[in-house]
Amino acid sequence: MKPLEDYLIVDFSQFLSGPSASLRLADLGARVIKIEKPGTGDICRTLYTSDLIMNGESSVFHTINRNKESFAIDFKQPKELEKLKKILAKADVVMHNFRPGVMERVGLSYDEVKEINPNIIYAEISGYGTKSELKDLPGQDLLLQSLTALTWLSGNQDDGPVPMGLSIVDMLAGAHLAQGILAALYRKATHNIGAKVQVSMLESAFDFQFETITTYFNDGGELPVRTKANNAHAYLGAPYGIYKTNDGYLALAMGSIPVLASLLKCDALLQFPENKFGLRDDIKNILATHLQTQDTQFWLDILEPADIWCAKVLNYKQLFAEEGFQVLDFVQRVEMLDSYTYKTTRCPIKIDGEYFTSTKGSPKLGQDNERIIKEFIA
Amino acid sequence: MKPLEGLVVLEFCQFLAGPSAGLKLADLGARVIKIERPVKGEACRQLSIKDLFVDDSSLLFHTINRNKESFAADLKNPDDLVLVKKLIAKADIMTHNFRPGVMDKIELTYNDALTINPKIIYGTITGYGDKGPWANKPGQDLLLQSLSGLSWLSGKKSQEPVPFGLAVADLMCGNHFVQGILAALLKRAKTGKGVLVEVSLLESVLDVQFEAITSYLNDGGQQPQRGDVKGSAHAFLSAPYGVYQTKEGYISLAMGDLLFIGNTLGIDLKKYADKHLWFIKRDEIRELLGTKLLTQTADYWLSLLQKEGIWCGKVLNYEELNNQSFVKELQLKQTVKNSVGETLVTTRSPIQLDGEILISPKAAPKVGEDNLQIHEQFLNDA
Repeated sequence: MKPLEDYLIVDFSQFLSGPSASLRLADLGARVIKIEKPGTGDICRTLYTSDLIMNGESSVFHTINRNKESFAIDFKQPKELEKLKKILAKADVVMHNFRPGVMERVGLSYDEVKEINPNIIYAEISGYGTKSELKDLPGQDLLLQSLTALTWLSGNQDDGPVPMGLSIVDMLAGAHLAQGILAALYRKATHNIGAKVQVSMLESAFDFQFETITTYFNDGGELPVRTKANNAHAYLGAPYGIYKTNDGYLALAMGSIPVLASLLKCDALLQFPENKFGLRDDIKNILATHLQTQDTQFWLDILEPADIWCAKVLNYKQLFAEEGFQVLDFVQRVEMLDSYTYKTTRCPIKIDGEYFTSTKGSPKLGQDNERIIKEFIA
Repeated sequence: MKPLEGLVVLEFCQFLAGPSAGLKLADLGARVIKIERPVKGEACRQLSIKDLFVDDSSLLFHTINRNKESFAADLKNPDDLVLVKKLIAKADIMTHNFRPGVMDKIELTYNDALTINPKIIYGTITGYGDKGPWANKPGQDLLLQSLSGLSWLSGKKSQEPVPFGLAVADLMCGNHFVQGILAALLKRAKTGKGVLVEVSLLESVLDVQFEAITSYLNDGGQQPQRGDVKGSAHAFLSAPYGVYQTKEGYISLAMGDLLFIGNTLGIDLKKYADKHLWFIKRDEIRELLGTKLLTQTADYWLSLLQKEGIWCGKVLNYEELNNQSFVKELQLKQTVKNSVGETLVTTRSPIQLDGEILISPKAAPKVGEDNLQIHEQFLNDA
């Protein structure tokens, strides 16, 4: 039994943040109906990355929207809105990520939906909250990374701002929204009351940096300083970083410098009996030169038995060839209604020994209209 | 009322992933009791950054463990173990991130816990799952980033692998753990039975890459290629996506109509009219944009671009961020106070419920600070 079986989620959200939350809820067992604009649908359908088009639509859309249904409806038309309200009356959760004010303008504010469905859980993601002076700006991942200073944590000292190469803020906001929805569903199950759940990308980006921002609040306001090379965390001392070896790369997390000096036979490190934070550039520099003299495996064979935290650095091809990856069964194949199939990843959560897989691919725009009309409206 | 009010969580977890999940549950209203070894307590208490401590524990520990209680117990001491088992009998949720086998030794596996409390929700975090050749490897964030392919997504092509400068595997795993535990609560509400929730750092850091991995799985196995111009921001996205230096400060340009952006900036990009070139020639295009953007300040460009509705923004550092008016407007900070009256400023939960932010003035506990009270409340039944 999946934990969210019998729950109905009506999802107006587009792109990544909201849809990544509804994907998680779908995998946990909920029925998710995407509400999409006729003709174009979720804009993500045409947001191509690296020009990869699968079955006429973007790879990103297929990744985020599998295991969902699609209902195409122009709810700006009053007659259509009335139809939509019949679905909302039966829903447990309604969610959206429009800019503040949009749902209010079409007559689907929290209060209005509550009139149709008093115990509804109404969940929304905004870029910058509904109250700040930035509320009307586009809630886009790179802009949020830039605004919240996240770009000064990765890369090396002279690299300038280095964004994290994924839409990490979108995914965090989606994860937090899913948490808020689940918590509200639990309260609904135990106390029979609805809820309004709100998250913003801005607050999610703050939460992601709770350790470093709290440090900034309490260290007299010093800005993070990345090391000159091999940086992996602006606030951690040597050896924390990734190092080039003779044939690849080695990640080295922690370890006392004298112990490393002896294990790696690197006498130059002996001048650092204490691992002073201020000397981390010098220590890393010596390590970087020394580690290039041998292959990655040579170093792993020395360091791993000594319980030094280290690893090789893999790309996707190398990762997929590893048994440690294969035993996870992390890849699943899904199929669309027109029989097009594709491979993607599965839900990372396991409950009662069960992985939440599903063979259901992403929906074509409006593919479920007929069935949904019959079930809820006609 | 907060949604998890009345629920008791026993947190055996250490460091970041598990305790960050415990913090989210606490902010949602649960009572989270850390089970810690006497005197020294959880290992993270001694793990400091910049040598910052509050009372005897690191600021890092304080950041992750506010709004929780502490019960000191030595799990290797039979008398203490009896007490812990009594607590398990009264708890709703218990979590741990010990390496495989540790809970077997002290007979606190899921099955053991079920015999004590048939309705317990038992959550575990591992590094790499419980089988396969990696199962006993240390579950450390940088190692997970390195093994999972993540380090090939940021920075420039001609650069070494560039890890994310934060413990992203730990933090995403903590987020997934919260989702799993909350879903388990819903399941338990229906079945009345205990539930086992398992997550791993590896699966979580792969889930973060679900778009990139799905591309890899369906494009014939092409490796992600980072752009090779400074400020490259996403291996899969076309120009202008990235960060640019200006005469004063940096700006970001997100996705948009390249030709229109070119016109707005006063650059002729007509030869890139074919959209495919925005990806294939992104380095060349970004060089052109970068050269132009260097001629004026960030503020100048932003007012020009924002007027046209182009998606762009300023790149701030912590000092500039802290000075933004929204920090106050949105109450992004909260002050917590410990049992002897010391205060510290930190961030708050990112979730709002019924229009309210979730805050709590309770700072992280000292080791065993709540033993007495927990004894009286849970363990004194004759």
